[in-house]
Amino acid sequence: MEKFDVIVVGAGLAGLAAAYTLAQENLEVLVLEKGDYPGAKNVTGGRLYLHPVRELFPGLWDKAPLERHIVREEVALMARERSVTMSYAGSELTQPPFPSFSILRAKFDRWLAQQAEKKGAMLINKSRVDELILENGRVIGVRAGGDELGADVVIAADGVLSFTAAMAGLRKDQDPKHFAVGFKEVIELDRGIIEDRFGLEGDEGAARLFMGEVTKGKFGGGFLYTNKTSLSLGIVVGISDLMNAAPAIPAPQLLDEFKLRPEIARLIRGGETVEYSAHVIPEGGLKSMGRLYGDGILVVGDAAGFSMNIGVTVRGMEYALASGYYAAQAVIRAREKGDFTSAGLQVYQQILEESFVMKDFRNFKESLDVLEYPPLFNHIPELAGDLLRDLYAVGPGPKERIYPTLRNHLTMGEIWGLIKLGRRMMKI
Amino acid sequence: MSEPLGLKAKLGLDVFKAYARPHILIKTGMEKDPRLKKAILVCPAGLYDENDAGEVEISIDGCLECGTCLLACGSEVLDWQYPVGGTGVQFRFG
Repeated sequence: MEKFDVIVVGAGLAGLAAAYTLAQENLEVLVLEKGDYPGAKNVTGGRLYLHPVRELFPGLWDKAPLERHIVREEVALMARERSVTMSYAGSELTQPPFPSFSILRAKFDRWLAQQAEKKGAMLINKSRVDELILENGRVIGVRAGGDELGADVVIAADGVLSFTAAMAGLRKDQDPKHFAVGFKEVIELDRGIIEDRFGLEGDEGAARLFMGEVTKGKFGGGFLYTNKTSLSLGIVVGISDLMNAAPAIPAPQLLDEFKLRPEIARLIRGGETVEYSAHVIPEGGLKSMGRLYGDGILVVGDAAGFSMNIGVTVRGMEYALASGYYAAQAVIRAREKGDFTSAGLQVYQQILEESFVMKDFRNFKESLDVLEYPPLFNHIPELAGDLLRDLYAVGPGPKERIYPTLRNHLTMGEIWGLIKLGRRMMKI
Repeated sequence: MSEPLGLKAKLGLDVFKAYARPHILIKTGMEKDPRLKKAILVCPAGLYDENDAGEVEISIDGCLECGTCLLACGSEVLDWQYPVGGTGVQFRFG
């Protein structure tokens, strides 16, 4: 059996970050990817926040194939007939180093894999890992397409369903409540049109999230990111709500109706859809996280459940990159002690706990419970829309005074409801 | 207004490489299981359907390998694997 220091299962951000870091330290690392190329099976919404990971990979970012740096953050409350949008612009978004970038994974992951290969990592595409090889309960390698490959440590970076972590007995529950599905179209448009339509200069980009009628009141929302010459437009919706919440509506129809909204139709007009993709997103956070290490195995990225929705931001890719980096550090430390058992690899958990990764997951452990509040996705967008409709309205007769206009909508019951929402928000 | 684009046409934009064998199978005897009916709603590629006999069927072509059906229905009713290496969907943008 051919033997490596480390085998990484899956060439996504977490796996490639681990491979890059390990190869840099001259370890023999093999990455197995089932797609034709890294990124072939990977999907994002998406946007990457760079500040949390910039220092972990010095020198990597200058030439990275990122799309646009986001200079405008927008949230739209979508009611049935109207919408209320909040738009934020700030000087910190327009000055380098830029906080976040839109990104397309097929391009980015392929590039990141090349950087890992330049450091000395080996990459085999079109190779699906079928089984873990266990010896006395300890992971000692993988079977892939009939080959047996050995390693001191296997890094499970095979994404949200992680069959690799499951085979090692590290996965916790698979409750649909803890997962969402995202699906999106990439819509090509001339870059000049994108810049004009969104009021952008050069490589500036915009990010817009939508909540409410977009998901028919189900937990989730819509998203729109500007890339260099395309828009990423899609929906994320909780799988449990999609299964059970009224009205029953097939997932693809949500995106079709979203595209027909006047707020969206005018932004994508003349664009050509060039790809339709979908992926499950782990949103359960700390409560649904399985074990992160075992004998001869570490779990990183989506496979570990490192993705988080806190409403204002939806993040996963930085956690993937960072967990891959920290897994590599853990392997290096375990190697110094010559102990790749669970006892030697538990340093991974310690390193993660000291990093922003587990600090974020502990701070926001109630996030999903707080945000899974149905009025946020139906009643509140309607309330905000109706309130602004009446505030802006000038009819044929005299205009109503502002205070009674407000009180028409913000009744005692409504105010009490908003206080209850505020109390929920105190948990995050 | 953009041209309305049907789901089949949308999936036709993606690159798929022929499967060695279907990577998602409905387990024998589970075709009428109520858990399976959820797949019809949740699949972003609309691959699941119910026939006149009340059995759920899947047509695997166009599968985006997102995993939603596995989480919605569970491994008791679905035999779910990723396609063998180098087959299935190959995203060009992702």
